[in-house]
Parts: sequence; C-alpha cells; structure tokens
Amino acid sequence: MLLSYLKIAWKVLMRRKFFTFISLFGVSFTLMILLVVMAMFDHAVGPNAPMKRVDRMLFVNTIRHQMADGHGWMSNLASIHFVDDYVRKMKTPEKVGITTASANATAFTQSKLLPLDMAYTDGSFWQIMDYDFLGGRAFTADEVAQAQHVCIINEATARAYFGRPDVVGQTIEIDLKRYRVAGVVRNVSAAQVYAYADVWVPYTLSPQYFKDDRLEGDFLLVLLAPSAAAVPAVSEEYQQMMKRIPIPRPKEVKAIYSYADPIVPGVTRGILGNEPSLQNDQITKFYVLVGGLALLFMLLPVLNLVNLNVTRILERSGEIGVRKAFGAASIDLVGQFLVENLVLALVGGLLGLGLAAGALALVNEAHPVAYAHFALSWSVFGWGMVLTLLFGLMSGVYPAWKMSRLNPVAALRGGGEQK
Amino acid sequence: MSPETDLRQPDAAAPDRAVPVLRLRDIEKVYQTKTIETVALNQVNLTVNRGEFVSIMGPSGCGKSTLLSLMGLLDEPTGGVIEVDGRAVTSYSDKELAGLRNLKIGFVFQSYHLINDLSVVDNVELPLLYRPGMGGKERRQRALAALDKVGLNARTGHFPAQLSGGQRQRVAIARALAGGPEIILADEPTGNLDSVMGEEIIDLLLELNREQGVTIVMVTHDLQQAMKTQRVIRFFDGSQVG
Repeated sequence: MLLSYLKIAWKVLMRRKFFTFISLFGVSFTLMILLVVMAMFDHAVGPNAPMKRVDRMLFVNTIRHQMADGHGWMSNLASIHFVDDYVRKMKTPEKVGITTASANATAFTQSKLLPLDMAYTDGSFWQIMDYDFLGGRAFTADEVAQAQHVCIINEATARAYFGRPDVVGQTIEIDLKRYRVAGVVRNVSAAQVYAYADVWVPYTLSPQYFKDDRLEGDFLLVLLAPSAAAVPAVSEEYQQMMKRIPIPRPKEVKAIYSYADPIVPGVTRGILGNEPSLQNDQITKFYVLVGGLALLFMLLPVLNLVNLNVTRILERSGEIGVRKAFGAASIDLVGQFLVENLVLALVGGLLGLGLAAGALALVNEAHPVAYAHFALSWSVFGWGMVLTLLFGLMSGVYPAWKMSRLNPVAALRGGGEQK
Repeated sequence: MSPETDLRQPDAAAPDRAVPVLRLRDIEKVYQTKTIETVALNQVNLTVNRGEFVSIMGPSGCGKSTLLSLMGLLDEPTGGVIEVDGRAVTSYSDKELAGLRNLKIGFVFQSYHLINDLSVVDNVELPLLYRPGMGGKERRQRALAALDKVGLNARTGHFPAQLSGGQRQRVAIARALAGGPEIILADEPTGNLDSVMGEEIIDLLLELNREQGVTIVMVTHDLQQAMKTQRVIRFFDGSQVG
C-alpha cells in the first residue's frame, strides 16, 4: 500500500510542477534558514572541541551588584579572591577553572606585527577543556603557581610567527615579554567565547592578578560537574554559596547576584539583561518564546502548503470518491494524504539541507568569525529531519482530515461537499 | 416470460431458491436545504438475489443514481433499512461500511473514474489495497487475473489516457471484479461510449453474470440493453413504478 501511496505522491508532485515548485521553495528556504541558525548555534554552544564536555560545564560570567538607593547596577567578572575563597571551596564541582575574555596583544615577527588575542588561565581550565594538542602540553599547576613565562599558542599563531606548527620549547615574544611555548593547539573558533584565544598564559602573569577583598575582577569561571546529572546540584550549591557571601560596602551595595549556569541558560541570562533575580522559570519562558518564534517562522510555508493542499483536494475529489467506494475508510485516506505530504516535505527537507550546506559554505568562505567553520553536524541533520517531518504533519493533517470527510457521492460527481 | 412482464412484477421474478444479497426496505431519501425539501426516493422496497442481473430504468432525476449510491453503501437513507446478506447495516460505522463495500461490492461508473496517475494494473489493484493482510504479490496476481477476464492483459502497463473509452470501461470492470465482490453496481456503464463499444461492455457484463454468477445491478437509459437483463425495475419521481 505504501508503494502505491508513494507512486501517487510522486505523480501528484510532477503533475503540477509550478505548485510543487512553490511548495518546495517555501519548505526548503525556511528549513535552510532554520538549519543555518541551528548550525551556528550548535557550533557556538554544542559539544565541540575543546568544549566536548559542555553538558557537564557551568559558567559564571558576571557578578552583579545592586546598588543602594536606586543607583542602578554594576556588573563585573569575578576576582581571584572570589574564586579562591568561595568557589574553589564548593563541594559539588569536580573542577573549577578560570580564564579571561581574550584581550589584544601583539607579537613581533621579523617582518611584521602579529595581532593576537590573549587569555589568562589556570591549570584546571586545561583539564576541563579538551583542546586538540598538535604538540606539547598544558600548563602544570606549578608553572601557574610560580608564574612562569610559558604559553600555549594556536596553530595559526605558530605558523604566522614561526612558519611551522612544531614549535614546542621555542620562545615567542608577546608585548615585549618572552614566553616559552609549552604546547600548540588546533585553532579554536572565536564563537566559542569561553575557549577561544590565540595564546594562553598563566593567570598569575595577568596584570589583574592581585589579591584584595573585592569580589569583582577579570575572570570567567568554568565549573565541571562530575556528571551531566549533577549540573543542577552544582548550580544550587553556587546559589547557596552566593547567599553566604557578605555584601561588600553595605552602604553602597544592596545585594549581589551571580549564577553558575550551563552555557545556553548563561547566554540567555545575558540576553535577558539586568533582571534582579532571573529565575529558571523565566529562562524556560524565554525558550518557549524562541521556540514559538521559530514555529511562527515555519508557519508561513505551512499555511501556504495547507492552502495548496486544500485546493488540490478538489482536483482529486474523483479519486477520493473512487477510493471510498472501493473500501477506503477515512483513516486510510488520512494516511495516504499524510504520506504524500511527508514525501513533499522530505524532498523539501533534503533540498533545504543542500541549500543550508551551500549557505554555510558561503558563510565560511567569508570568514565572519575567526577560525569558525560552520557545518551541518549529524545533530543538525537530525533536527532538520525532525523539522521536516513536523512540516509534513503540520501542513498535512488539516487537508487530510478535510479530504477524508468528503462525501463519496459528491466526490464522485466532482464536488467538494463535506459529510 | 418476457422481460416486459418481469418489469411489472419485480420481486415475483426471483428464482425459486433465491438468496437475497441486497434488500432495501421502506427506503426514503430526502435532501434538505434551508428552503426546500426534495424527496429523491420514496418508500422503495427492493430485493436483489444472488446471481441476478437487474436493470434500473427511469428518466433523469428520478432517483436511479441515488438508489445505486444507497445500494453501494456510499450514502445513508433518510429512512428505511438496507440489508446486505440479511444483515441491516444502519448502525455500521464508517470503517465497517468501508470494509463491507470492499468485500461485497464492486462499482462501475459512467465516466470510468480511473486514476490517471496509476497504470492499468495499479488501478485494478486499488480495491485490494484496502483488503487487510493481502500482500503485494497476491494483489498483483488477482489484478492480472481480472484484466485477463476483461481481455486486457496486454495493456497492464498502460495508463488510462492511453486507452479508448471502451478499454477504460473494461479496466473499470476489471477493477470492480478484482476484489471478488458478490455484487457489481454499474451506473450507466455505457453512457459515455458509442453503440458498438456499449454493446461490447454489455456483452461483457452479461458474460460475467452468466458464466461467473456475478450479481449485477445496472442503471441504464437504454431499453434495449435493459431487455437483455433478467429483470427491469422502473423508477419515476423517486418511486418504484414497475
């Protein structure tokens, strides 16, 4: 029966080529945009090297001070005092690593200036992240504690500065300071904000590395939970820890807020801004909103398809009448029409995947983000197929139901009278 | 006994050991709109026995096609009872009626109603698609056998548009036969054909009735064709008049 349905589906598609083209264009173009967005999202926050264990990671990217007397808000990164005296004393995280947002630095080669993005990290950071080392190794805790002038550079920097990637043990001069290259890693996309840099050095060399009792500083925190299931427990312990921290300068500061979030909620919290206490249910609402917008975006081609499908039903009323006369129950006709629509959606989906691959190739060619290579992963492909099926069902159910309700006698006469 | 005589006493003409396949009792069909009520059928009582070939005649709009739709379980009567093999189908669900149509009834339409996108053999297979548990191989064998019966086994891969009107109607008859129904309902099967092709189709239906015992009910405008059948029932203004 399925083969017969597929035969008919193919014939129907070929019969009205212009309608089919419009339908396919709507489906494939919408899917292309959704897939490109998803590929970029997956690239930035997905489990890609070096953040392969992103499902176990939590990030702290801000400490917010609510100022007294309505003087607004002050947002900062974390200080070493905050990290050492509070976060590192937490029990649930397996590891706590720190890094900084990459800052501009300059290396001098014999012939030119080499602008670099530099980040300061500790040893744990390298144990949490899974960088692909082309050679050498990460910092040791001793090297960090002793503030040794060692660095890890990416492949692009190695090639630009030394002309080759195997440069472990060589010396590189950055901002007039000399560092011994301890390791060379594969380039990391600038879209992976927590992992990206051209060169990494021990945080103890940072000009921001000094200890006082301030909470605000220059460091981003990466916490590794023992398992993905333990992430909420780490987040919860972080909240409890925050409640215990005495408010600094109580005359000026009314309250302090900070959250350890998995990567996507962390980004969401960043987008939603200065809510005083953005709770998880609000983040859920945000996801629902984004999901709703995506569905709305999909709804346009779906409505187009519904419209075309309903029109096509009238063209096929004779066929529907015959099928009913020879024993097709309503449910059989619904099944047939859904199969036909899924075939259309599937063809549109495959076209959409092809278009998305083409669009991403163009984006990659333009290099909008350093070292970023956006690609359709299996997960994006899987989501693409899910969206395609969703398309097929959304645009097929109503016309199929309408089709199945046609009165067979009227359908055989060529009319569209409903039961 | 001439057909004309039969025409006057329809049910009396049934053979001695007649087994009713289809029985209509006190059937009424009324089409109701906001402003007007049209009585299409009024108190129709009719029995079709196994192996009979019955013609239904009458002027346009007298209710012949409505009657055939009711006999084919494609429509519901406003009043009365339809019995198939002695069982009233009044309370049957959509799915049950579909199953009953599939097993017991084959249709032949005036305008063939073949699906142009399907080949001849795929068209003939159509009723078997809805037969639970029947595999593709058996479906194909049955369809080919039905095409053989109507003399079209050389055209199985053709499409309806490649056939003449007479050939299309033969395909439609093969489709009606494929499911092995007890009864074939033919709604003016020669209405779209010239007289020569029309004769061929009637001869084919007569042969099927005579040699394979298929029960046939045929709506026709052609008295000569009707005379060839065992019994003629006349309708006028929704009522059986003979």
